[in-house]
Amino acid sequence: MLRYLARRIAYVALMLAGLVLITFVISNVTPADPAALAAGPDATPEMVATMRREYGLDRPLPEQFLRYVGDLLQGRLGRSIQSGNEVMDDLSRYVPASLQLVLLAMGFACAVGVPLGILSAVRRHSLLDHGIRVLAVSGVALPAFWIALLLQLVLAVWMGWLPTGGQLSIAADPPPVITGMVLFDALLAGQWAIVGDAAAHSVLPAFVLSLPCLASVLRVNRAEMIEVLGSDHITAARAHGVVPRRVVGRLALKNAMLPTLAMIGLRFGWMLGSTVLVETVFDWPGIGLYAVNSAIASDFKPVMGVTLTIGLIFMLANLLVDLAYGWLDPRTRSA
Amino acid sequence: MSTTAAAPPAGPRLARLRVEHAGLFRQMRFFAWTFARSPSALLGLALVLAFLLLAAIGPWIVPYPEDAQGAVNLARRLQPPSSAHFFGTDEMGNDIFTRVIVGTRTSFWIGLTITGLAALVGVPLGAAAGYFGGRMRSVIMRVTDVFLAVPGLVLALAIVASLGPGILHGVLALTIVWWPGYVRLIEAKALTLRSEAYVEAARTMGASHGWILRHHILPNCISPLVVKASMDMGMAILAAASLGFIGLGAKPPAPEWGAMISVGRTFMPDWWWYSAAPGLFIFLTVLGFNLFGDGLRDTLDPRSSKG
Repeated sequence: MLRYLARRIAYVALMLAGLVLITFVISNVTPADPAALAAGPDATPEMVATMRREYGLDRPLPEQFLRYVGDLLQGRLGRSIQSGNEVMDDLSRYVPASLQLVLLAMGFACAVGVPLGILSAVRRHSLLDHGIRVLAVSGVALPAFWIALLLQLVLAVWMGWLPTGGQLSIAADPPPVITGMVLFDALLAGQWAIVGDAAAHSVLPAFVLSLPCLASVLRVNRAEMIEVLGSDHITAARAHGVVPRRVVGRLALKNAMLPTLAMIGLRFGWMLGSTVLVETVFDWPGIGLYAVNSAIASDFKPVMGVTLTIGLIFMLANLLVDLAYGWLDPRTRSA
Repeated sequence: MSTTAAAPPAGPRLARLRVEHAGLFRQMRFFAWTFARSPSALLGLALVLAFLLLAAIGPWIVPYPEDAQGAVNLARRLQPPSSAHFFGTDEMGNDIFTRVIVGTRTSFWIGLTITGLAALVGVPLGAAAGYFGGRMRSVIMRVTDVFLAVPGLVLALAIVASLGPGILHGVLALTIVWWPGYVRLIEAKALTLRSEAYVEAARTMGASHGWILRHHILPNCISPLVVKASMDMGMAILAAASLGFIGLGAKPPAPEWGAMISVGRTFMPDWWWYSAAPGLFIFLTVLGFNLFGDGLRDTLDPRSSKG
């Protein structure tokens, strides 16, 4: 197990190095001159030249790359032109906001996806099964930004049931920062009014974010349940007279949950990526909105910072899934 | 097949073909039968056919062809849906129905380019990695893994951000993040095929690697490839529309669905129908390709489909 662990961690380090190289290449193929961008629109050629020297942009590429890696190792991601802050500081504010959405969305996707998957598998080929499967395919095919706009229109603007966007009402005092996730901070501080406000603001974005994940959890869980329910030990248990509820709930679900959990872990990083769309619609102050606003303003440092952060979280989530898998199912360790 | 000798009359020739290729015909009939048994696959087929038809003839059947590339008719701007304008009009007075229909063609070539280029890059790499194995495989697969280690939309966003917004840059960026999926798929398939008895046999008889790849490996990869490509058509269209929506893909007045929703969003909530129509078309297109791909998998590759 230790060797397995070491191998997986070395692998993640290698992938991370690759990703750093990719972001470096992307930042350097840009047709726009980063020095000119940093110097501002009405900078003189001399100012741009100074900027270039200051940022080391006149050095050979390999040297620039080493510098880039060195900066990253010290946690320096550069400065955002738009906000004027260090990208790292911006990220430490925006990442928790996005994580809150992703965690809520993931919780919802599991809470709804797993039971629906079981129901669909147990009542295979029934009308209910077909209905659930149509839902599952639609969840993947729905453009997140479009359904977000429609839900915002109907539930927030027309009905007035939910706020249209943002993380908290303007009038609300943000709770003391503990995790950085407003909802959980308010919970920890016991400020129930803020909890309610934060929860209301999270409902729509978390729901929209969860749809593709919900669909895949449902599909995987259904497929696994069908496979497990058809296996010999289930037939044996049934023949021995184990009650159906116990067969499905205890014996089958246990075996079907492993691939489902793996799917959930893999989806974690993807959801962080989808925040780009959902946060744009709901004006949610997370990394997705930060990346989009920076990208539109040709402010590269934050975009690369977000890419690296999401990549890192994505890889760590995958690593955890791999380790959990290796722990639960020793056969996979050799892979 | 390539003979150019005097063609016999059509009737007997078809009859002869049917006899000569009876196996193929039987297989095709079986495929059609399996496919047609699934209502969702048929729905997918219908949606895909409708999409292809609109992409082909859209520009000639729309009521206001001049609105497709953005005309200015301020007298009829932002009108609600009516019998003259099924989906209303936009802020320039263009007919949204026209622009959505013409947008089908934009989406079609976007999807085709991304999927086609990604397969063109990914399939040879995947086949080489899986078939040859060894160091070549480790190098190709590690590079592939790096690209798969960050969500595609985020990487595409970063690439477009540095290239500058625009539909071509969007397509390029999505292609760069799309090919690794094909490497993974083909590599896994080629890896199992290389130890099949008939491949070993061919090798023993002195067949070259190129010959084996052409005659044994690649033909056996076609089923999963077709399934993935048909699903990817939908997903690529969705991804390109997402970039358009963020404001980094197609730019108005190009008739692209994502960009239309992006502009329409600024006219929410009073002119909500502006965004509604293009989104519905994206949904139906992606749904169609997904259901169609699902149906194809159940038909062509039943072992890999679950449920």
